[in-house]
Amino acid sequence: MKTENQKAWFFVLPVLLLVAFNALIPMMTVVNYSVQETFGDNMFFWEGLTWFENLLRSERFHASLGRQFLFTGLILAIEIPLGIAIAMSMPRKGFWVPFCLVIMALPMLIPWNVVGAMWNIFTLPDIGLMGYFLNHVLGISYDMTQNVFAAWVTIIIMDVWHWTSLVVLLSYAGLVSIPEAYYQAAKIDGASNFAVFRFIQLPKMKNVLTIAVLLRFIDSFNIYTEPFVLTGGGPGNSTTLLSIDLVKIALGQFDLGPAAAMSLIYFAITLLVSWLFYTLMTKDDAR
Amino acid sequence: MQKRSIVTITYILFLLLPIYWLVAMSFKPTNEILGGFSLFPQTFTLANYKVIFTDPTWYWGYINSIIYVTLNTLISVAVALPAAYAFSRYRFLGDKQLFFWLLTNRMAPAAVFALPFFQLYSAVGLFDTHLAVALAHTLFNVPLAVWILEGFMGGVPKELDETAYVDGYSFPRFFTTIFIPSIKAGVGVAAFFCFMFSWVELLLGKTLTAVAAKPIAATMTKTASSAGYELGLLAAAGTLTIIPGAIVIYFVRNYIAKGFAMGRV
Repeated sequence: MKTENQKAWFFVLPVLLLVAFNALIPMMTVVNYSVQETFGDNMFFWEGLTWFENLLRSERFHASLGRQFLFTGLILAIEIPLGIAIAMSMPRKGFWVPFCLVIMALPMLIPWNVVGAMWNIFTLPDIGLMGYFLNHVLGISYDMTQNVFAAWVTIIIMDVWHWTSLVVLLSYAGLVSIPEAYYQAAKIDGASNFAVFRFIQLPKMKNVLTIAVLLRFIDSFNIYTEPFVLTGGGPGNSTTLLSIDLVKIALGQFDLGPAAAMSLIYFAITLLVSWLFYTLMTKDDAR
Repeated sequence: MQKRSIVTITYILFLLLPIYWLVAMSFKPTNEILGGFSLFPQTFTLANYKVIFTDPTWYWGYINSIIYVTLNTLISVAVALPAAYAFSRYRFLGDKQLFFWLLTNRMAPAAVFALPFFQLYSAVGLFDTHLAVALAHTLFNVPLAVWILEGFMGGVPKELDETAYVDGYSFPRFFTTIFIPSIKAGVGVAAFFCFMFSWVELLLGKTLTAVAAKPIAATMTKTASSAGYELGLLAAAGTLTIIPGAIVIYFVRNYIAKGFAMGRV
Protein backbone atom coordinates (compact mmCIF):
# COMPACT_ATOMS: atom_id res chain seq x y z
CA MET A 1 0.00 0.00 0.00
CA LYS A 2 1.35 3.42 -0.92
CA THR A 3 1.80 5.93 1.86
CA GLU A 4 0.46 9.46 1.68
CA ASN A 5 3.42 11.86 1.52
CA GLN A 6 3.23 15.33 0.02
CA LYS A 7 7.04 15.64 0.09
CA ALA A 8 7.07 13.23 -2.86
CA TRP A 9 6.51 16.38 -4.93
CA PHE A 10 10.19 17.20 -4.43
CA PHE A 11 11.12 13.97 -6.20
CA VAL A 12 8.89 14.87 -9.11
CA LEU A 13 10.04 18.47 -9.28
CA PRO A 14 12.99 18.03 -11.72
CA VAL A 15 10.77 16.16 -14.18
CA LEU A 16 8.02 18.70 -13.73
CA LEU A 17 10.32 21.68 -14.41
CA LEU A 18 11.95 20.05 -17.41
CA VAL A 19 8.74 18.92 -19.06
CA ALA A 20 6.99 22.19 -18.22
CA PHE A 21 9.79 24.14 -19.90
CA ASN A 22 9.53 21.92 -22.99
CA ALA A 23 5.77 21.52 -23.13
CA LEU A 24 4.01 24.47 -21.51
CA ILE A 25 6.01 27.34 -23.03
CA PRO A 26 5.84 26.03 -26.63
CA MET A 27 2.19 25.10 -26.14
CA MET A 28 1.36 28.63 -24.95
CA THR A 29 3.25 30.00 -27.97
CA VAL A 30 1.09 27.86 -30.22
CA VAL A 31 -2.11 28.97 -28.47
CA ASN A 32 -0.95 32.56 -28.81
CA TYR A 33 -0.34 32.27 -32.55
CA SER A 34 -3.60 30.44 -33.12
CA VAL A 35 -5.67 33.54 -32.33
CA GLN A 36 -3.51 36.12 -34.14
CA GLU A 37 -2.42 37.18 -37.59
CA THR A 38 1.13 38.25 -38.36
CA PHE A 39 2.71 39.94 -41.37
CA GLY A 40 6.25 39.57 -40.08
CA ASP A 41 8.27 42.21 -38.16
CA ASN A 42 6.73 40.91 -34.93
CA MET A 43 3.43 42.67 -35.68
CA PHE A 44 0.47 40.71 -34.43
CA PHE A 45 -3.26 41.32 -34.81
CA TRP A 46 -6.06 39.71 -32.86
CA GLU A 47 -8.05 37.26 -34.97
CA GLY A 48 -10.14 35.42 -32.43
CA LEU A 49 -11.33 32.05 -33.61
CA THR A 50 -11.11 32.83 -37.35
CA TRP A 51 -8.32 30.33 -38.01
CA PHE A 52 -10.20 27.55 -36.29
CA GLU A 53 -13.36 28.29 -38.24
CA ASN A 54 -11.48 28.47 -41.56
CA LEU A 55 -9.63 25.27 -40.84
CA LEU A 56 -12.68 23.25 -39.87
CA ARG A 57 -14.31 24.31 -43.16
CA SER A 58 -11.20 23.86 -45.29
CA GLU A 59 -11.27 21.05 -47.82
CA ARG A 60 -7.50 20.76 -47.73
CA PHE A 61 -7.63 19.99 -44.00
CA HIS A 62 -10.46 17.49 -44.44
CA ALA A 63 -8.49 15.75 -47.17
CA SER A 64 -5.25 15.41 -45.21
CA LEU A 65 -7.14 14.39 -42.07
CA GLY A 66 -8.97 11.75 -44.11
CA ARG A 67 -5.71 10.42 -45.54
CA GLN A 68 -4.25 10.36 -42.03
CA PHE A 69 -7.14 8.29 -40.67
CA LEU A 70 -6.96 5.94 -43.67
CA PHE A 71 -3.22 5.47 -43.14
CA THR A 72 -3.49 4.89 -39.38
CA GLY A 73 -6.49 2.58 -39.82
CA LEU A 74 -4.69 0.42 -42.38
CA ILE A 75 -1.55 0.34 -40.21
CA LEU A 76 -3.45 -0.85 -37.13
CA ALA A 77 -5.50 -3.37 -39.15
CA ILE A 78 -2.34 -4.91 -40.61
CA GLU A 79 0.31 -4.61 -37.91
CA ILE A 80 -1.64 -5.72 -34.83
CA PRO A 81 -2.89 -9.12 -36.19
CA LEU A 82 0.36 -9.71 -38.09
CA GLY A 83 2.44 -8.93 -34.99
CA ILE A 84 0.38 -11.33 -32.85
CA ALA A 85 0.67 -14.07 -35.49
CA ILE A 86 4.45 -13.70 -35.74
CA ALA A 87 4.88 -13.62 -31.95
CA MET A 88 2.88 -16.87 -31.70
CA SER A 89 5.05 -18.55 -34.32
CA MET A 90 8.34 -17.61 -32.62
CA PRO A 91 10.24 -20.22 -30.60
CA ARG A 92 9.76 -19.81 -26.83
CA LYS A 93 13.30 -20.69 -25.86
CA GLY A 94 16.60 -21.77 -27.32
CA PHE A 95 19.53 -20.44 -29.28
CA TRP A 96 17.42 -18.63 -31.90
CA VAL A 97 15.41 -16.46 -29.50
CA PRO A 98 18.01 -13.69 -28.87
CA PHE A 99 18.91 -13.80 -32.56
CA CYS A 100 15.26 -13.24 -33.60
CA LEU A 101 14.80 -10.45 -31.04
CA VAL A 102 17.92 -8.54 -32.15
CA ILE A 103 17.01 -8.72 -35.86
CA MET A 104 13.40 -7.75 -35.17
CA ALA A 105 14.38 -4.73 -33.06
CA LEU A 106 16.84 -3.51 -35.68
CA PRO A 107 14.39 -1.58 -37.95
CA MET A 108 13.16 0.44 -34.95
CA LEU A 109 16.67 1.77 -34.26
CA ILE A 110 17.32 3.13 -37.72
CA PRO A 111 16.89 6.94 -37.95
CA TRP A 112 13.54 7.73 -39.57
CA ASN A 113 14.96 9.59 -42.54
CA VAL A 114 17.33 6.67 -43.21
CA VAL A 115 14.27 4.39 -43.24
CA GLY A 116 12.74 6.66 -45.88
CA ALA A 117 15.96 6.83 -47.90
CA MET A 118 16.45 3.06 -47.62
CA TRP A 119 12.98 2.35 -48.99
CA ASN A 120 13.53 4.91 -51.70
CA ILE A 121 16.65 3.05 -52.84
CA PHE A 122 14.88 -0.30 -52.43
CA THR A 123 11.91 0.67 -54.62
CA LEU A 124 13.57 2.59 -57.48
CA PRO A 125 11.86 1.16 -60.59
CA ASP A 126 14.92 0.00 -62.55
CA ILE A 127 17.78 -0.19 -60.04
CA GLY A 128 16.09 -0.96 -56.70
CA LEU A 129 15.70 -4.58 -55.61
CA MET A 130 11.92 -4.43 -55.15
CA GLY A 131 11.33 -2.09 -58.07
CA TYR A 132 13.40 -4.23 -60.43
CA PHE A 133 11.78 -7.44 -59.25
CA LEU A 134 8.23 -6.10 -59.73
CA ASN A 135 8.88 -4.42 -63.08
CA HIS A 136 11.23 -6.84 -64.79
CA VAL A 137 10.67 -10.24 -63.19
CA LEU A 138 6.96 -10.19 -62.38
CA GLY A 139 6.15 -7.72 -65.16
CA ILE A 140 3.94 -5.52 -62.95
CA SER A 141 4.34 -1.87 -63.85
CA TYR A 142 5.45 -0.21 -60.63
CA ASP A 143 6.57 3.37 -60.08
CA MET A 144 5.56 5.03 -56.86
CA THR A 145 6.47 8.53 -58.09
CA GLN A 146 3.78 8.25 -60.78
CA ASN A 147 1.11 5.96 -59.42
CA VAL A 148 -1.00 6.88 -56.38
CA PHE A 149 -1.86 3.28 -55.55
CA ALA A 150 1.80 2.21 -55.73
CA ALA A 151 2.80 5.12 -53.46
CA TRP A 152 0.24 4.10 -50.85
CA VAL A 153 1.22 0.43 -51.00
CA THR A 154 4.85 1.46 -50.56
CA ILE A 155 4.35 3.70 -47.51
CA ILE A 156 2.16 1.01 -45.90
CA ILE A 157 4.72 -1.76 -46.53
CA MET A 158 7.46 0.54 -45.25
CA ASP A 159 5.61 1.15 -41.99
CA VAL A 160 4.80 -2.56 -41.63
CA TRP A 161 8.51 -3.24 -42.07
CA HIS A 162 9.44 -0.52 -39.61
CA TRP A 163 7.02 -1.06 -36.72
CA THR A 164 5.41 -4.54 -36.81
CA SER A 165 8.32 -5.70 -34.62
CA LEU A 166 7.08 -3.48 -31.79
CA VAL A 167 3.80 -5.43 -31.74
CA VAL A 168 5.75 -8.69 -32.04
CA LEU A 169 8.06 -7.89 -29.11
CA LEU A 170 5.20 -6.80 -26.87
CA SER A 171 2.96 -9.78 -27.71
CA TYR A 172 5.93 -12.08 -27.27
CA ALA A 173 6.57 -10.65 -23.80
CA GLY A 174 2.93 -11.38 -22.95
CA LEU A 175 3.09 -14.92 -24.36
CA VAL A 176 6.22 -16.05 -22.53
CA SER A 177 4.68 -14.96 -19.23
CA ILE A 178 1.94 -17.65 -19.54
CA PRO A 179 2.76 -20.60 -17.24
CA GLU A 180 3.09 -24.01 -18.92
CA ALA A 181 0.38 -25.38 -16.58
CA TYR A 182 -2.28 -23.38 -18.45
CA TYR A 183 -1.48 -25.20 -21.69
CA GLN A 184 -1.47 -28.58 -19.94
CA ALA A 185 -4.88 -27.88 -18.45
CA ALA A 186 -6.19 -26.88 -21.88
CA LYS A 187 -4.82 -30.12 -23.36
CA ILE A 188 -6.58 -32.23 -20.73
CA ASP A 189 -9.84 -30.41 -21.49
CA GLY A 190 -9.27 -31.15 -25.18
CA ALA A 191 -9.35 -27.46 -26.12
CA SER A 192 -8.82 -26.59 -29.80
CA ASN A 193 -5.96 -24.33 -30.89
CA PHE A 194 -8.44 -21.54 -31.41
CA ALA A 195 -9.89 -21.99 -27.93
CA VAL A 196 -6.38 -21.84 -26.44
CA PHE A 197 -5.77 -18.61 -28.33
CA ARG A 198 -9.14 -17.06 -27.48
CA PHE A 199 -9.35 -17.99 -23.79
CA ILE A 200 -5.72 -18.23 -22.65
CA GLN A 201 -3.31 -16.37 -24.90
CA LEU A 202 -5.40 -13.37 -25.90
CA PRO A 203 -6.51 -12.44 -22.34
CA LYS A 204 -2.90 -12.81 -21.14
CA MET A 205 -1.70 -10.51 -23.91
CA LYS A 206 -4.34 -7.88 -23.26
CA ASN A 207 -2.21 -5.48 -21.23
CA VAL A 208 0.71 -5.48 -23.62
CA LEU A 209 -1.66 -5.26 -26.60
CA THR A 210 -3.25 -2.15 -25.08
CA ILE A 211 0.21 -0.58 -25.00
CA ALA A 212 0.91 -1.79 -28.54
CA VAL A 213 -2.32 -0.35 -29.98
CA LEU A 214 -1.83 2.97 -28.16
CA LEU A 215 1.80 3.39 -29.23
CA ARG A 216 1.09 2.34 -32.82
CA PHE A 217 -1.85 4.71 -32.96
CA ILE A 218 0.11 7.65 -31.55
CA ASP A 219 3.20 7.11 -33.67
CA SER A 220 1.43 6.34 -36.95
CA PHE A 221 -0.89 9.31 -36.44
CA ASN A 222 2.10 11.61 -35.90
CA ILE A 223 4.25 10.11 -38.65
CA TYR A 224 6.21 12.67 -40.63
CA THR A 225 9.79 11.90 -41.63
CA GLU A 226 9.51 8.50 -43.34
CA PRO A 227 6.74 9.28 -45.86
CA PHE A 228 8.17 12.77 -46.36
CA VAL A 229 11.55 11.39 -47.39
CA LEU A 230 10.03 8.53 -49.41
CA THR A 231 7.27 10.25 -51.38
CA GLY A 232 7.47 13.92 -50.36
CA GLY A 233 3.68 13.78 -50.02
CA GLY A 234 3.20 12.94 -53.69
CA PRO A 235 2.35 12.05 -56.36
CA GLY A 236 0.29 15.26 -56.24
CA ASN A 237 -1.02 15.44 -52.69
CA SER A 238 -1.99 11.79 -52.51
CA THR A 239 0.30 10.88 -49.59
CA THR A 240 0.31 14.28 -47.84
CA LEU A 241 -0.51 13.13 -44.33
CA LEU A 242 -1.49 15.53 -41.54
CA SER A 243 2.06 16.23 -40.24
CA ILE A 244 3.43 16.79 -43.72
CA ASP A 245 0.66 19.27 -44.44
CA LEU A 246 1.26 21.00 -41.10
CA VAL A 247 4.98 21.43 -41.72
CA LYS A 248 4.21 22.76 -45.20
CA ILE A 249 1.93 25.43 -43.74
CA ALA A 250 4.11 26.31 -40.71
CA LEU A 251 7.65 26.24 -42.06
CA GLY A 252 7.02 26.32 -45.81
CA GLN A 253 4.42 29.07 -46.12
CA PHE A 254 5.13 30.52 -42.65
CA ASP A 255 1.39 30.92 -42.01
CA LEU A 256 1.78 30.86 -38.24
CA GLY A 257 -1.84 31.45 -37.27
CA PRO A 258 -3.46 28.73 -39.37
CA ALA A 259 -0.60 26.33 -38.58
CA ALA A 260 -1.02 26.91 -34.84
CA ALA A 261 -4.77 26.36 -35.03
CA MET A 262 -4.14 23.16 -36.97
CA SER A 263 -1.57 22.03 -34.38
CA LEU A 264 -4.07 22.41 -31.56
CA ILE A 265 -6.82 20.54 -33.40
CA TYR A 266 -4.30 17.84 -34.37
CA PHE A 267 -3.15 17.39 -30.77
CA ALA A 268 -6.73 17.35 -29.52
CA ILE A 269 -7.68 14.58 -31.97
CA THR A 270 -4.64 12.51 -30.93
CA LEU A 271 -5.53 12.88 -27.25
CA LEU A 272 -9.19 12.12 -27.81
CA VAL A 273 -8.63 8.96 -29.85
CA SER A 274 -5.90 7.71 -27.45
CA TRP A 275 -8.29 8.22 -24.56
CA LEU A 276 -11.05 6.35 -26.43
CA PHE A 277 -8.77 3.38 -27.20
CA TYR A 278 -7.55 3.30 -23.63
CA THR A 279 -11.02 3.41 -22.12
CA LEU A 280 -12.41 0.80 -24.52
CA MET A 281 -9.55 -1.62 -24.02
CA THR A 282 -9.46 -1.38 -20.23
CA LYS A 283 -13.18 -1.10 -19.45
CA ASP A 284 -13.43 -4.78 -18.43
CA ASP A 285 -10.73 -4.34 -15.78
CA ALA A 286 -12.83 -1.87 -13.84
CA ARG A 287 -15.55 -4.43 -13.14
CA MET B 1 6.03 -26.81 -35.79
CA GLN B 2 7.49 -26.62 -39.29
CA LYS B 3 4.79 -24.23 -40.48
CA ARG B 4 5.47 -21.96 -37.50
CA SER B 5 9.15 -21.50 -38.27
CA ILE B 6 8.32 -20.62 -41.88
CA VAL B 7 6.36 -17.58 -40.65
CA THR B 8 9.26 -16.38 -38.47
CA ILE B 9 11.88 -17.01 -41.17
CA THR B 10 9.81 -15.24 -43.85
CA TYR B 11 9.36 -12.24 -41.56
CA ILE B 12 13.06 -12.05 -40.77
CA LEU B 13 13.94 -12.25 -44.47
CA PHE B 14 11.45 -9.47 -45.17
CA LEU B 15 13.15 -7.35 -42.48
CA LEU B 16 16.63 -8.04 -43.82
CA LEU B 17 16.01 -7.46 -47.57
CA PRO B 18 15.90 -3.62 -47.56
CA ILE B 19 18.83 -3.55 -45.12
CA TYR B 20 20.80 -5.87 -47.41
CA TRP B 21 20.05 -3.61 -50.35
CA LEU B 22 21.26 -0.53 -48.48
CA VAL B 23 24.50 -2.24 -47.44
CA ALA B 24 25.09 -3.71 -50.92
CA MET B 25 24.57 -0.31 -52.50
CA SER B 26 27.06 1.33 -50.14
CA PHE B 27 29.83 -0.85 -51.63
CA LYS B 28 29.00 0.04 -55.25
CA PRO B 29 30.50 2.93 -57.21
CA THR B 30 27.96 5.48 -58.51
CA ASN B 31 28.39 4.33 -62.14
CA GLU B 32 27.40 0.80 -61.28
CA ILE B 33 24.36 1.94 -59.27
CA LEU B 34 22.99 4.14 -62.04
CA GLY B 35 24.17 1.81 -64.82
CA GLY B 36 21.72 -0.97 -64.14
CA PHE B 37 20.60 -3.72 -61.81
CA SER B 38 23.06 -5.99 -60.03
CA LEU B 39 22.22 -8.18 -57.06
CA PHE B 40 25.78 -8.14 -55.67
CA PRO B 41 28.34 -5.34 -56.02
CA GLN B 42 30.31 -6.07 -59.24
CA THR B 43 33.11 -3.60 -58.57
CA PHE B 44 33.47 -3.68 -54.80
CA THR B 45 34.58 -0.29 -53.46
CA LEU B 46 35.15 1.36 -50.09
CA ALA B 47 35.28 4.83 -51.67
CA ASN B 48 31.90 5.85 -50.19
CA TYR B 49 33.04 5.04 -46.68
CA LYS B 50 36.35 6.80 -47.28
CA VAL B 51 34.48 10.04 -48.04
CA ILE B 52 32.56 9.81 -44.79
CA PHE B 53 35.57 9.09 -42.62
CA THR B 54 37.71 11.83 -44.16
CA ASP B 55 35.19 14.65 -44.60
CA PRO B 56 34.59 16.52 -41.30
CA THR B 57 31.02 17.58 -42.22
CA TRP B 58 30.20 13.88 -42.46
CA TYR B 59 31.97 12.39 -39.46
CA TRP B 60 31.09 15.35 -37.24
CA GLY B 61 27.46 14.54 -37.97
CA TYR B 62 27.94 11.19 -36.24
CA ILE B 63 29.85 12.71 -33.33
CA ASN B 64 27.16 15.39 -32.84
CA SER B 65 24.39 12.80 -32.87
CA ILE B 66 26.17 10.58 -30.39
CA ILE B 67 26.88 13.54 -28.07
CA TYR B 68 23.29 14.73 -27.85
CA VAL B 69 21.84 11.23 -27.67
CA THR B 70 24.14 10.39 -24.75
CA LEU B 71 23.36 13.69 -23.01
CA ASN B 72 19.65 13.10 -23.49
CA THR B 73 19.82 9.56 -22.12
CA LEU B 74 21.74 10.72 -19.02
CA ILE B 75 19.40 13.65 -18.31
CA SER B 76 16.22 11.65 -18.95
CA VAL B 77 17.17 8.72 -16.72
CA ALA B 78 18.61 10.96 -13.98
CA VAL B 79 15.44 13.06 -13.56
CA ALA B 80 13.12 10.10 -14.15
CA LEU B 81 14.58 7.94 -11.36
CA PRO B 82 13.41 10.03 -8.36
CA ALA B 83 10.10 10.82 -10.06
CA ALA B 84 9.39 7.16 -10.79
CA TYR B 85 10.25 6.36 -7.16
CA ALA B 86 7.72 8.94 -5.97
CA PHE B 87 4.99 7.52 -8.24
CA SER B 88 5.68 3.94 -7.24
CA ARG B 89 5.94 4.49 -3.43
CA TYR B 90 3.82 7.47 -2.45
CA ARG B 91 0.39 8.95 -2.88
CA PHE B 92 0.40 12.71 -3.17
CA LEU B 93 -1.90 15.49 -4.24
CA GLY B 94 -2.47 15.30 -8.01
CA ASP B 95 -0.25 12.27 -8.60
CA LYS B 96 -2.58 10.58 -11.10
CA GLN B 97 -3.23 13.80 -13.01
CA LEU B 98 0.48 14.51 -13.16
CA PHE B 99 1.28 11.02 -14.44
CA PHE B 100 -1.35 11.31 -17.16
CA TRP B 101 -0.17 14.79 -18.12
CA LEU B 102 3.37 13.46 -18.49
CA LEU B 103 2.15 10.71 -20.79
CA THR B 104 0.19 13.13 -22.98
CA ASN B 105 3.51 14.71 -23.94
CA ARG B 106 4.41 11.42 -25.60
CA MET B 107 1.37 12.05 -27.84
CA ALA B 108 2.33 15.50 -29.11
CA PRO B 109 3.33 15.45 -32.77
CA ALA B 110 6.90 16.75 -33.16
CA ALA B 111 5.68 18.84 -36.09
CA VAL B 112 3.52 20.84 -33.66
CA PHE B 113 6.53 21.82 -31.57
CA ALA B 114 9.12 22.45 -34.27
CA LEU B 115 8.62 26.20 -34.63
CA PRO B 116 7.97 27.12 -30.97
CA PHE B 117 11.02 25.06 -29.98
CA PHE B 118 13.15 26.98 -32.43
CA GLN B 119 12.00 30.27 -30.88
CA LEU B 120 12.28 29.05 -27.30
CA TYR B 121 15.81 27.69 -27.64
CA SER B 122 16.94 30.74 -29.63
CA ALA B 123 15.56 32.97 -26.87
CA VAL B 124 17.53 31.20 -24.13
CA GLY B 125 20.68 31.18 -26.26
CA LEU B 126 20.94 27.43 -26.70
CA PHE B 127 20.23 27.27 -30.44
CA ASP B 128 22.72 25.06 -32.32
CA THR B 129 24.08 23.37 -29.20
CA HIS B 130 24.02 19.68 -28.30
CA LEU B 131 22.25 20.57 -25.08
CA ALA B 132 19.32 22.11 -26.96
CA VAL B 133 18.58 18.89 -28.86
CA ALA B 134 19.17 16.78 -25.74
CA LEU B 135 16.73 18.93 -23.72
CA ALA B 136 14.14 19.02 -26.52
CA HIS B 137 14.15 15.23 -26.78
CA THR B 138 13.42 14.92 -23.06
CA LEU B 139 9.88 16.04 -23.98
CA PHE B 140 9.00 12.52 -25.12
CA ASN B 141 11.79 10.53 -23.41
CA VAL B 142 11.25 11.62 -19.80
CA PRO B 143 7.60 10.49 -19.71
CA LEU B 144 8.59 7.17 -21.25
CA ALA B 145 11.48 6.68 -18.81
CA VAL B 146 9.27 7.50 -15.82
CA TRP B 147 6.68 5.03 -17.09
CA ILE B 148 9.16 2.17 -17.62
CA LEU B 149 11.07 2.76 -14.36
CA GLU B 150 7.86 3.00 -12.37
CA GLY B 151 6.89 -0.44 -13.70
CA PHE B 152 10.19 -1.96 -12.62
CA MET B 153 10.14 -0.22 -9.21
CA GLY B 154 6.65 -1.54 -8.55
CA GLY B 155 8.17 -5.03 -8.68
CA VAL B 156 10.57 -4.27 -5.78
CA PRO B 157 8.94 -5.06 -2.40
CA LYS B 158 8.52 -2.11 -0.02
CA GLU B 159 10.18 -4.14 2.73
CA LEU B 160 13.52 -3.39 1.04
CA ASP B 161 13.08 0.35 1.77
CA GLU B 162 11.90 -0.24 5.34
CA THR B 163 14.72 -2.65 6.21
CA ALA B 164 17.27 -0.15 4.91
CA TYR B 165 15.86 2.65 7.10
CA VAL B 166 15.86 0.37 10.14
CA ASP B 167 19.51 -0.40 9.38
CA GLY B 168 20.20 3.32 9.55
CA TYR B 169 20.65 4.14 5.88
CA SER B 170 19.92 7.73 4.91
CA PHE B 171 17.61 8.14 1.91
CA PRO B 172 20.24 9.24 -0.66
CA ARG B 173 22.58 6.43 0.40
CA PHE B 174 19.79 3.84 0.28
CA PHE B 175 18.60 5.11 -3.12
CA THR B 176 21.99 5.05 -4.81
CA THR B 177 23.63 2.01 -3.23
CA ILE B 178 20.70 -0.36 -2.69
CA PHE B 179 17.63 0.68 -4.64
CA ILE B 180 19.08 1.59 -8.04
CA PRO B 181 21.26 -1.54 -8.23
CA SER B 182 18.16 -3.65 -7.51
CA ILE B 183 16.42 -2.28 -10.63
CA LYS B 184 19.50 -2.34 -12.89
CA ALA B 185 17.57 -4.09 -15.65
CA GLY B 186 14.92 -1.37 -15.57
CA VAL B 187 17.52 1.39 -15.81
CA GLY B 188 19.05 -0.44 -18.78
CA VAL B 189 15.70 -0.74 -20.55
CA ALA B 190 14.80 2.91 -19.88
CA ALA B 191 18.20 4.04 -21.17
CA PHE B 192 17.74 1.86 -24.23
CA PHE B 193 14.40 3.44 -25.13
CA CYS B 194 15.74 6.97 -24.51
CA PHE B 195 18.70 6.20 -26.75
CA MET B 196 16.42 4.76 -29.39
CA PHE B 197 13.91 7.60 -29.65
CA SER B 198 16.58 10.29 -29.50
CA TRP B 199 18.73 8.54 -32.13
CA VAL B 200 15.93 8.12 -34.66
CA GLU B 201 14.29 11.56 -34.32
CA LEU B 202 15.10 14.06 -37.05
CA LEU B 203 12.59 16.91 -37.17
CA LEU B 204 13.51 18.56 -33.84
CA GLY B 205 17.20 17.73 -34.22
CA LYS B 206 17.22 19.45 -37.59
CA THR B 207 15.17 22.45 -36.45
CA LEU B 208 17.35 23.21 -33.41
CA THR B 209 20.75 23.05 -35.09
CA ALA B 210 22.56 24.84 -37.90
CA VAL B 211 26.25 23.92 -38.06
CA ALA B 212 27.91 23.21 -34.72
CA ALA B 213 25.58 20.50 -33.47
CA LYS B 214 24.08 19.24 -36.70
CA PRO B 215 22.96 15.59 -36.49
CA ILE B 216 24.04 13.00 -39.05
CA ALA B 217 20.47 12.55 -40.22
CA ALA B 218 20.32 16.24 -41.18
CA THR B 219 23.67 16.04 -42.99
CA MET B 220 22.19 13.17 -45.00
CA THR B 221 19.04 15.01 -46.06
CA LYS B 222 21.12 17.98 -47.14
CA THR B 223 23.43 15.80 -49.22
CA ALA B 224 20.50 14.01 -50.77
CA SER B 225 19.19 17.27 -52.20
CA SER B 226 22.32 19.32 -52.90
CA ALA B 227 24.87 16.89 -54.29
CA GLY B 228 22.54 15.49 -56.91
CA TYR B 229 22.04 11.79 -56.63
CA GLU B 230 24.98 10.28 -54.80
CA LEU B 231 23.18 7.11 -53.86
CA GLY B 232 26.30 5.17 -52.87
CA LEU B 233 27.38 7.83 -50.41
CA LEU B 234 23.87 8.10 -48.98
CA ALA B 235 23.73 4.31 -48.61
CA ALA B 236 27.10 4.24 -46.82
CA ALA B 237 25.99 6.98 -44.42
CA GLY B 238 22.73 5.11 -43.81
CA THR B 239 24.55 1.85 -43.15
CA LEU B 240 26.74 3.54 -40.54
CA THR B 241 23.66 4.89 -38.70
CA ILE B 242 22.46 1.31 -38.16
CA ILE B 243 25.59 0.23 -36.28
CA PRO B 244 25.20 2.12 -32.94
CA GLY B 245 21.62 0.87 -32.65
CA ALA B 246 22.68 -2.70 -33.38
CA ILE B 247 25.36 -2.55 -30.66
CA VAL B 248 22.92 -1.15 -28.10
CA ILE B 249 20.25 -3.78 -28.86
CA TYR B 250 22.79 -6.54 -28.44
CA PHE B 251 23.43 -5.46 -24.83
CA VAL B 252 19.77 -5.28 -23.81
CA ARG B 253 18.44 -8.15 -25.96
CA ASN B 254 17.10 -10.09 -22.96
CA TYR B 255 15.25 -7.12 -21.50
CA ILE B 256 13.72 -5.28 -24.48
CA ALA B 257 10.43 -7.13 -24.50
CA LYS B 258 10.19 -7.05 -20.70
CA GLY B 259 10.69 -3.28 -20.63
CA PHE B 260 7.31 -2.44 -22.07
CA ALA B 261 5.49 -5.41 -20.59
CA MET B 262 6.23 -4.22 -17.06
CA GLY B 263 5.04 -0.67 -17.47
CA ARG B 264 1.55 0.06 -16.21
CA VAL B 265 -1.12 1.18 -18.57
